[in-house]
Amino acid sequence: MIDDTFVELSRWQFASVAMYHFLFVPLTLGLSWILVIMETVYVMTGKEIYRDMTKFWGKLFAINFALGVTTGLTMEFQFGTNWAYYSHYVGDVFGAPLAIEGLMAFFLESTFVGLMILGWDKLSKRQHLAVTFMTALGTNLSALWILVANAWMQNPVGAEFSAETMRMEMTNFWDVVFNPVAQVKFIHTVAAGYVTASAFVLGISAWYILKGRDLAFAKRSFAVAAGFGLAASLSVIVLGDESGYELGDVQKMKLAVIEAEWHTQPAPANFNVIAFPDQEKRENWFELQVPWALGLIATRSVTEQVAGINELVEHNEKRVRSGMIAYDNLVKLRAGDKSEAVKTAFEEHKKDLGYGLLLKRYVENPADATEEQIAQATWYSVPYVPYLFWSFRIMVAIGFYFLAMFVASFYLLANGTLEKNPWLLKAAVWSIPLPWVAVELGWFVAEYGRQPWAIGEVLPTFLATSALTVSDLIFSLIAYFIFYSVLLVIEMYLMFKFARLGPSALHTGRYYHERGGSGRSTAPGLQPAE
Amino acid sequence: MLLDYETLKFVWWLLVGILLIGFAITDGMDMGVGTLLPFIGQTDSERRVVINSVAPHWDGNQVWLITAGGAIFAAWPAVYAAAFSGFYLAMLLVLAGLFFRPVGFDYRSKLEDPQWRNAWDWGLFAGGTIPALVFGIAFGNLLQGVPFHLDQFLKPHYDAWFIWALLGLLNPFALLAGLISVAMLSTHGAAWLQLRADDIIAERAKKAILFLGPLVTVAFALAGLWLYFGIDGYRIVSQPPHDALPNPLGKEVVRDAAAWFQNYADYPVALLAPLLGLAGPLLVVALSQMNRPALAYTMNALSMAGIIATAGISMFPFIMPSSSVPNSSLTIWDAPSSHLTLTIMFWAVVIFLPIVLAYTVWAYSAMWGKITIEDIEKRNHEVY
Repeated sequence: MIDDTFVELSRWQFASVAMYHFLFVPLTLGLSWILVIMETVYVMTGKEIYRDMTKFWGKLFAINFALGVTTGLTMEFQFGTNWAYYSHYVGDVFGAPLAIEGLMAFFLESTFVGLMILGWDKLSKRQHLAVTFMTALGTNLSALWILVANAWMQNPVGAEFSAETMRMEMTNFWDVVFNPVAQVKFIHTVAAGYVTASAFVLGISAWYILKGRDLAFAKRSFAVAAGFGLAASLSVIVLGDESGYELGDVQKMKLAVIEAEWHTQPAPANFNVIAFPDQEKRENWFELQVPWALGLIATRSVTEQVAGINELVEHNEKRVRSGMIAYDNLVKLRAGDKSEAVKTAFEEHKKDLGYGLLLKRYVENPADATEEQIAQATWYSVPYVPYLFWSFRIMVAIGFYFLAMFVASFYLLANGTLEKNPWLLKAAVWSIPLPWVAVELGWFVAEYGRQPWAIGEVLPTFLATSALTVSDLIFSLIAYFIFYSVLLVIEMYLMFKFARLGPSALHTGRYYHERGGSGRSTAPGLQPAE
Repeated sequence: MLLDYETLKFVWWLLVGILLIGFAITDGMDMGVGTLLPFIGQTDSERRVVINSVAPHWDGNQVWLITAGGAIFAAWPAVYAAAFSGFYLAMLLVLAGLFFRPVGFDYRSKLEDPQWRNAWDWGLFAGGTIPALVFGIAFGNLLQGVPFHLDQFLKPHYDAWFIWALLGLLNPFALLAGLISVAMLSTHGAAWLQLRADDIIAERAKKAILFLGPLVTVAFALAGLWLYFGIDGYRIVSQPPHDALPNPLGKEVVRDAAAWFQNYADYPVALLAPLLGLAGPLLVVALSQMNRPALAYTMNALSMAGIIATAGISMFPFIMPSSSVPNSSLTIWDAPSSHLTLTIMFWAVVIFLPIVLAYTVWAYSAMWGKITIEDIEKRNHEVY
């Protein structure tokens, strides 16, 4: 039988190492392009200050990048070490984008990142800019392939189950690559990374401006971040909306749960701004609604319905029953029964095999399930509503908050009144951690919202584990916890140290701390803008 | 689809081998440099010379390891599943070692404190030595067979648990294989240092090769004798056709004392691999002593290719033999992905690997030159 403790520990481990890894990824995705922008200005104008900006923010980039690489290694191992049955069951499809990610993206970013950091004296201006560009391109391409892989977990297109090999097999590679979920997810995710990096540069630059240090340097950095951040926060919201539309199409349960929509409403559905969902009673005990909004967002029409949880569950019950037949015939096929009746029955029901497998949580042989077990498995197909409902809303609120922040920054900067408005600068400093809250919640919504499936409607998470023991998991969780805590302390220490030091860390002799703490930068051609 | 399924299954055995050899030549060099670091560099500047000889490239090199892992996932999912979960604690150990490298390289010289720097130097030592050792140990165990089986739904189960699973891997033959791995990668790192580092380091590297090269040859010869006289191989008695849909439970396997040497009897040209592994390291020593470090480096790349190929050829067509239920063994015929996936991945490699090689060569040439102590001290804030 399924050992719930063991499954829970496996899930906790994957969730923690993945979310920890994603502390470093978004900054890499966005900061790499900010470096490209700064260095392009340097190459085009020849102004030294843009070189200094590229180098300084590049130093912070490198501190962050190191931990991104470290924790990324864990992710590659994690599927094989802890999700061995998953690896066997879907490796034929899921492994391909991962391997291509290595060949096409990791090689690119990793080969050039070393030259970007250490090649300033060895490369010509243009060569170095090209190297920085390749690094940015590589990091973003790697996001593309990993999201193709992840989108396939959400919406497994271009593949079919084979009873002979007992696994999912690819039927059409291009369907996997051009999975509609992958396209919107990719842009939404990288744009979130761009917002993160913009908020990071904006906040640290604001801090220098508040302290009156290295103003020319700080304002130019602030400007790049405000412009890039504005464009990025717009795309994050637009593509977030597009994701909502995709969900209405391919992941109806996730959408219903995020919106706490227990019953299908008459079209166009109302949107719950605030609600307190009660999973036991299967209703919300308070709802503050905006009429029509959900229907418009999810279906882009006023006539289509958005399916509610109860109706989806009813539908799932049929699929569980059909899955029992699929499982029964699969076992016969595996035992060598090649009769036509068995083959036909299996083919007819195999699209519901995953739902049959859900019963394995309650009964050894799903074909023997009782009515009560069928009901249990059916309701097990609904994730816990309150978590998703609230995570989603906090994420969206932060997204709009940053749109406002970048608009205000851009406006005050253009208008020359930035320093007269310290409230904005202070808000920018204190907002630095917020994008991380939003991106982590975003992943939580995407992955927890996929439960109980490892591969949507194909493979339940509890079956996807390795055949390990609770001792193995406790040991590895403790090991990861110790390593990751120490690494985080070291990383944060260096990040704070170098951020506080500012461009003085470059040892050019032109900046604040090297000039005995006088505020204005006076290198030739570097007079502050005012 | 230009290639039939049987051919592709074989080609993927070659490609995984090429990726592993590529890993040894590139990232293996960085690991070897890490192993040598605390010993070959006495002062801080000397150690920085050692570190900066690989600093711009180690990250790109590491992708050979990542891509080899990804390729095994995509091309041999059954192997990826059985090996990574079966060797659970060993894999954790590899990861723990690898953790030290990205941060070690990047953070070490960011602070002046000598204790901080010394600590990271030992971190880089661990990051180079532990993975090299464990990879060798893993190969040593594959050659003996690993205690695992597949259930009727093809889920892999390891037939030992928790710490006992790890301890079982640490048997004398596997440790010898681990020694070969560490020694050959250290030789490679030393050849690189002789080529790229300041004279004082290059001289020490030359001395290290004088000791390490023969160590590889002796240990490799010893492992060969041990395998011949003391370890039974595995032989397939019956199996479905090579181009059949993969079914790892469809064959019959027996243990056979001479099985691991059968391929050399059938294809004498395969003897080239062990010969390279035996003679190569000695030629490396000779070339290094003759002050031809570039040739020594190339020769060592060849001898490592010979050693890795020897392990692969000896076991062929086995990838992961099972000692507890031999019929559950994984072979190149019954562990691969579908025909379509193998085809797509084949083209991905054919297209992207040459591009990768081209820009890798450019990256090395752009950063070429002797790394000197004077240069490191002058460009204190521009280098690691």
